[in-house]
Amino acid sequence: MDSDDEFNSSQVSEDEFMQDSDVDLVDDDSDFDMDQDDVGFETQDKDIKPSKQAYEVDFKVFDPEQIQQTQDKQITDVSAILGQPPEATAILLRHLRWNKERLIDKYMEDQDGILESAGLGESATHNPPKIIRVKGFVCDICCEDGPELDTFAMKCGHRFCVGCYRQYLYTKIKDEGEAARIRCPGDGCNRVVDSKSLDLLVAEDLRDRYQELLTRTYVDDKENLRWCPAPNCVYAVECGVKDKELKRIVPTVHCECGHYFCFGCSLNDHQPAPCALVKKWLKKCEDDSETANWISANTKECPKCHSTIEKNGGCNHMTCRKCRHEFCWMCMGVWSEHGTSWYNCNRYEEKSGSEARDAQAKSRQSLERYLHYYNRYANHEQSAKLDKDIYLKTEKKMQQLQNTTGMSWIEVQFLDTASQALQQCRQTLKWTYAFAYYLARNNLTEIFEDNQKDLEMAVENLSEMFEKPIDQLKGLKVDMMDKTAYCNKRRIILLNDTAENLKQGNWEFNVSMS
Amino acid sequence: MFASKRLQKELAKLHEKLPPGITLIRADDFSEWLMDIRVIDSNPLYQGEVYRLKFNFSQSYPIEAPEVVFVRDESHPIPWHPHVYSNGIICLDLLDRQGWSPVHNVESICVSLQSMLTSNTKKERPPGDENFVRYNTQRPRDINFVFHDKNV
Ligand SMILES: [Zn+2]
Ligand SMILES: [Zn+2]
Ligand SMILES: [Zn+2]
Ligand SMILES: [Zn+2]
Ligand SMILES: [Zn+2]
Ligand SMILES: [Zn+2]
Repeated sequence: MDSDDEFNSSQVSEDEFMQDSDVDLVDDDSDFDMDQDDVGFETQDKDIKPSKQAYEVDFKVFDPEQIQQTQDKQITDVSAILGQPPEATAILLRHLRWNKERLIDKYMEDQDGILESAGLGESATHNPPKIIRVKGFVCDICCEDGPELDTFAMKCGHRFCVGCYRQYLYTKIKDEGEAARIRCPGDGCNRVVDSKSLDLLVAEDLRDRYQELLTRTYVDDKENLRWCPAPNCVYAVECGVKDKELKRIVPTVHCECGHYFCFGCSLNDHQPAPCALVKKWLKKCEDDSETANWISANTKECPKCHSTIEKNGGCNHMTCRKCRHEFCWMCMGVWSEHGTSWYNCNRYEEKSGSEARDAQAKSRQSLERYLHYYNRYANHEQSAKLDKDIYLKTEKKMQQLQNTTGMSWIEVQFLDTASQALQQCRQTLKWTYAFAYYLARNNLTEIFEDNQKDLEMAVENLSEMFEKPIDQLKGLKVDMMDKTAYCNKRRIILLNDTAENLKQGNWEFNVSMS
Repeated sequence: MFASKRLQKELAKLHEKLPPGITLIRADDFSEWLMDIRVIDSNPLYQGEVYRLKFNFSQSYPIEAPEVVFVRDESHPIPWHPHVYSNGIICLDLLDRQGWSPVHNVESICVSLQSMLTSNTKKERPPGDENFVRYNTQRPRDINFVFHDKNV
């Protein structure tokens, strides 16, 4: 199963995003606000603030320029406190992984010690680095000598010719992608090359790469910053949820590029399942991929007339072309019974104990149980793809029709909104099945299963509309918008319920969460 | 270029004089050299044996560490050492990206390996040797070794 790695995002228009960020993305404890009492990312030991919905977490998206600014600001601030030049301060901060408090403490405690361990040796405030020629010099790297040789050394005194020094820095920065902790080329020397020395030695083009790498390490080092994992995305997201809280919170964040991902593990949004269960589930799917392979097939037989039926849309409500029998693709049961309260397509019914006495029966039962959930998990994944395909086809036809029908671009936007809702709801539904697989029964599971069923029905009803002929779609606009709103509502209800109970530790899982 | 100029100088020096127990076997070009080393004290683990080292240099040697492995043939076994795998791959921080310094050279590597053997008392392979030898497909430079103890 590599499906979870597949990039999944919704294109959100800029307006929409801005609106979003005004309403619920504001985190005023952030360093990026640059308030005078700049306590740093690490000290946000507050409880997670209640946000609009129980399943939502506070987060903030930053572009590369903002990241650079914050970094510079922190360096300037700390530089003033320590009385060290910005270059040295930057090295010190990177050395302590941007933990400002720890740096200041350590600096006050043992200034020489911390300078030494950061590779700064004695005070770096005097004598700016310079290139000089030295009589009788032999470069230990290229073994060249001669009075014409330009040389360079940092405070440690390990002197090499400028050509070798440059070559060394190029290799580190360009090939090895190192920036924050490039050490002096001298054997066993721990002195870190500071940015002033770097400016002196390397050309402009490499300096840009160097800055880029430094910014990378800044985000990498910060516990509450993470790069958006979407391909080629340059944004970073800040979120206060800590690793130890991941048993109680599933922190889905929404990048400005449109990608929804989990701040805890960087995978695609996997609410309502906590990271630990997601990891276990993906591992299990991978291990059992052979057992489960037959499921993803796109053709099945009609349960009534046995003619072959191909699934070409996301909707699981199937109608046999030949005998008109309506059935559910998931459980092959009669569709008309799916809306009723006593019919459960989503719930796995445990067989009574007498049946599963011997080991073989038990293992078969546990496989059946797994397949029940895996089936539905994989099916929603597949359906999401088919939904998207059919939407894209529809959109294309719509565009062609725009001229003839006089429908404007704005008027067909409801399709786009519906498609996005479908994608998001299927993503949620998919993970409800992984969640349910690990869920031990208690008095709350029934509510969860009802929510799951309701969302599932809402999704199938909306999905079905995409299979309607194009010429009918215009007339279905209001209906479709209603169904879209209903899907979103059911999704929020389900996620709020699971998130709240997760936060309170009300769920019992049949595996350990560590 | 960079590597060949430096290697030319090293070669001239190696032809001139070599530390005891170290022999230059082959250096026909600037990409692969063979060196022999033997332990000169009386460590019983290595008595009477000569080990062959193969050096591979990249274009950016000595900025980049060379790839150094022990090679086995009829007259050259792989020495026992808790940091030497039975396929000849050496786990030594000196040869690692982090531990390498461009002031090192072929001679200093040979000397370091010589003293690494000299000080060893354990007739052992690294933990997980069997699996490593069977499954490793990476080049030595791309392996991320964890250096258990810096003293060996
Ligand atoms: Zn040089
Ligand atoms: Zn140095
Ligand atoms: Zn992004
Ligand atoms: Zn996660
Ligand atoms: Zn049929
Ligand atoms: Zn069903």
